[in-house]
Amino acid sequence: MAERRFSATRLPGFATIAMLAFLALYIPILTLVVYSFNSEVTMGNWGDLTLAWYGKAWANADVKDATLRSLTIAGLAAVISTTLATMAALGTTRRRAFKGQTFIYVMINQPLMVPEIVTAVALMILFGLIKTVTGVHGLGYLVLAHSAFCIPFAYLPIRARLEGMDLTLETAAADLYASAWATFRRVTLPILMPGVIAGAMLAFVVSLDDVVITEFVKSAGQDTLPTYMLGQMRRQLTPEINAISTGLLLVTVAMLTAFFLLTRKND
Amino acid sequence: MTAKNAIEARNVVKAFGQGDTAVRALDDVSVEIRQGEFFTLLGPSGCGKTTLLRLIAGFEMPTDGLILLDGQDITYLPPNKRPVNTVFQSYALFPHLTVAQNISFGLEMMGKPRAEIAARTEKMLALVKLEAMAGRKTSQLSGGQQQRVALARALAPQPKVLLLDEPLSALDLKLRQAMQIELKRLQQETGITFVFVTHDQEEALTMSDRIGVMSNGKLQQVGTAKEIYTTPKNRFVASFIGETNFLAAKADGTKARLASGDMVDLAVPVSGDVTLTVRPEQVRLASANEPGALPATITNLVYFGTDTHVHLALSDGTEVTARVQSPATGDAGLEKGAKAAIRFAPGAVQVVGD
Amino acid sequence: MADIHMSAAEAAQIKTSARHGWLLSLPALVVLAAAAVGPLLIVVVYSFLEAGKHGNVVGNFSTDGWRGILWTKDIFTDSYVLADAHLTIFWRSIKLSFLTTMTTFVVGFPTAWFIATRPPKARALWLFLITIPFWTNLLIRTYAINEVIRAEGLLNLALMKVGVISEPLKLIYTDIAVFVGMTYVYLPLMVLPLFAAIDRFDLRLLEAGYDLYASRWQVLRRIVLPIVKPGIIAGSILVFVPSLGAYVTPRVLGGGKQMMIGNLIELQFLAGKNWPLGAALSMTLLVVVTIALLFYVRAANGEKSHG
Repeated sequence: MAERRFSATRLPGFATIAMLAFLALYIPILTLVVYSFNSEVTMGNWGDLTLAWYGKAWANADVKDATLRSLTIAGLAAVISTTLATMAALGTTRRRAFKGQTFIYVMINQPLMVPEIVTAVALMILFGLIKTVTGVHGLGYLVLAHSAFCIPFAYLPIRARLEGMDLTLETAAADLYASAWATFRRVTLPILMPGVIAGAMLAFVVSLDDVVITEFVKSAGQDTLPTYMLGQMRRQLTPEINAISTGLLLVTVAMLTAFFLLTRKND
Repeated sequence: MTAKNAIEARNVVKAFGQGDTAVRALDDVSVEIRQGEFFTLLGPSGCGKTTLLRLIAGFEMPTDGLILLDGQDITYLPPNKRPVNTVFQSYALFPHLTVAQNISFGLEMMGKPRAEIAARTEKMLALVKLEAMAGRKTSQLSGGQQQRVALARALAPQPKVLLLDEPLSALDLKLRQAMQIELKRLQQETGITFVFVTHDQEEALTMSDRIGVMSNGKLQQVGTAKEIYTTPKNRFVASFIGETNFLAAKADGTKARLASGDMVDLAVPVSGDVTLTVRPEQVRLASANEPGALPATITNLVYFGTDTHVHLALSDGTEVTARVQSPATGDAGLEKGAKAAIRFAPGAVQVVGD
Repeated sequence: MADIHMSAAEAAQIKTSARHGWLLSLPALVVLAAAAVGPLLIVVVYSFLEAGKHGNVVGNFSTDGWRGILWTKDIFTDSYVLADAHLTIFWRSIKLSFLTTMTTFVVGFPTAWFIATRPPKARALWLFLITIPFWTNLLIRTYAINEVIRAEGLLNLALMKVGVISEPLKLIYTDIAVFVGMTYVYLPLMVLPLFAAIDRFDLRLLEAGYDLYASRWQVLRRIVLPIVKPGIIAGSILVFVPSLGAYVTPRVLGGGKQMMIGNLIELQFLAGKNWPLGAALSMTLLVVVTIALLFYVRAANGEKSHG
């Protein structure tokens, strides 16, 4: 039987496996979302479509508390880590390689190379010591911990954008009598901005999602949304968890869409 | 006795897209390529020459029409089942294999015994004079060397037809000229049918047994270099190959009247409104009182070393370019603005279609 | 020949540039030292201290923490015996990590290939679709798998409805549950580096392979795989490392029965009341992971010779 088209890139079975993979990736998530609208508690019974669980979650004081804390930490961590990452990116790209640059690079990416549980335990011990010695508690420890592991996530898109920048633009600015600071403020930074915002969003999402490190560093009553959910999973599960999960999912998708639009290759 | 054609394309159509916006890369193309000949597909970019090559290789399949190899229908055969090999424009050498491994790749895929593979690979290395580079990775070679590896790799499986997709376009002038001679020699030595694609008309003229000139998905003319140059079928071929003058005229038998009122002789009788074409080197400078001389004024002179292009205007302003040998030192030169006369060499005036 | 005699001005400029590089990076380095790298040193110290009666540590030097990784003190005979429970956990961690890595590769490679060979507009969409699970909260994804495989979950409901089984399958809280969970959670981590490698791959090499009579299988094995090997290694490391240190997935899907190293570490800081052991285990995990990373770096650099 004659094959009407020859495609050099077609490998037998690959498209099927890919489609199955996509299905397998999304079915569990979609199940979660769908059942957040189920009025019945168990999956076996399908009741009516309802937003009751969302209402319950919203009315839940613990959930509100945890959400607020999550957003606060994520916001602060995103701002701090993005600022530090931007400076580090400016310091490590587009200049002649200097001694120790590899060291800086390794340090910046260190959170990506260490299993979270190890960092979590280390921070728990260190911060525990500091808490006993100074008696200072509060959100600061979590913010510090999050800022640290968010740095590499903010760094990568900023660095990518910086490296893709046309060097001749800054040369042109200098040709037109701009000082180094003016060049940075009026040329480099504006063009870099999409990368910076992308990095900030990535940092925000990563902080919002963190479970392990937060779980070990937090003091009692300092739940974030993920640690609250983790606690709930030890007990009787209700679709309230589904509702919260769907909410978080929407935030992630929204941020991701914005991220994709920002990092599109055409400007 | 008619030997089967090495490659025959019959009424081949290749369209991309659907409906109104469909683009015909090939529009009813038919061509016969003979065994053992060096055939070139020549045309500007977008004319369809590469598309036709890919149809012969099997990377694409036609929307309509047939491709025959040695009389067999291979139109829908996948490329790894056709005894046809390609030298790619970008060479497409496997970066993870050495030069020798690249060359032996096709033979390995054919399942040839190891001894035969080794022997043929050595022969190919000697053929392209790259024995010393056998163990190198291809990224360490120069552009010209990579080109030779691509050639050896495609020749190793002894295909019935070798396809070459603008293989010399990435090389600088001197290297290109050397490779043109090399390719011609290889083709004659191996006797394999070569189908060569290029947009460089000089390349086509120097290397080919026959040329197929293409434009806009259509085959405009097929012939030897001389045929195409001296008797172009239409406006496109006349202007794509070399330079030419176009003159509008009214013909009546073997005589035609130009817009300037002058009369010229035609080689073949024809009547009605026609377009005439004359190559610049067939335009001779004459004295005004010669029979058949056309009065003209010199508007510009461009010095090319051995040649001089003389731009003239006939009595009605029609522009004609003549290519003459530059005057020897001591002879009277030509002058801008001077009055002159031109004559066309007998039989040099052609009538072209559109 | 390179001009090795720089002018004094040039040399000074390079020095300033380096200084600026350091200054700009300093704040980030300080934060990382305080909250990422520095704390690890404390863990090392704690691993060599004595466990306190009610958790935490006492200031005496002791190697009990390290010894506790493989041996426990038999309370009856007061001698050291192999800690079977620990060995089971280590074996489970390694086994599941390897299985997860291989499965994600077998499923992930065709997926990455599929995405990379789409036309540009469609490709952006598919990339977006694979990135969403990647950035979705780990906990949510693990919980989602829970919803599918537990006794009243989607899978059992569907199978029972169709009539294939009459009683729900006991999938949750087994090794299989953890394996499925990890594969699900880490699949995007395998796909993305594979996609990056395949995206860089010159697709014309495929045509060259077919032109030279290779079958589709040969093209895959002899041309594609050798060239995308760095991507394969990167993806494997990106899956193996987190798998080995997994904590959330075995906790939620293993229910405390199918512990992995991460859970064992946590245990020492809670009911186990053996902080030095927890510290020692953490350091061991870190060392194993670092070795795997060095292996990757070496393999990746070895591929640079024919970039």
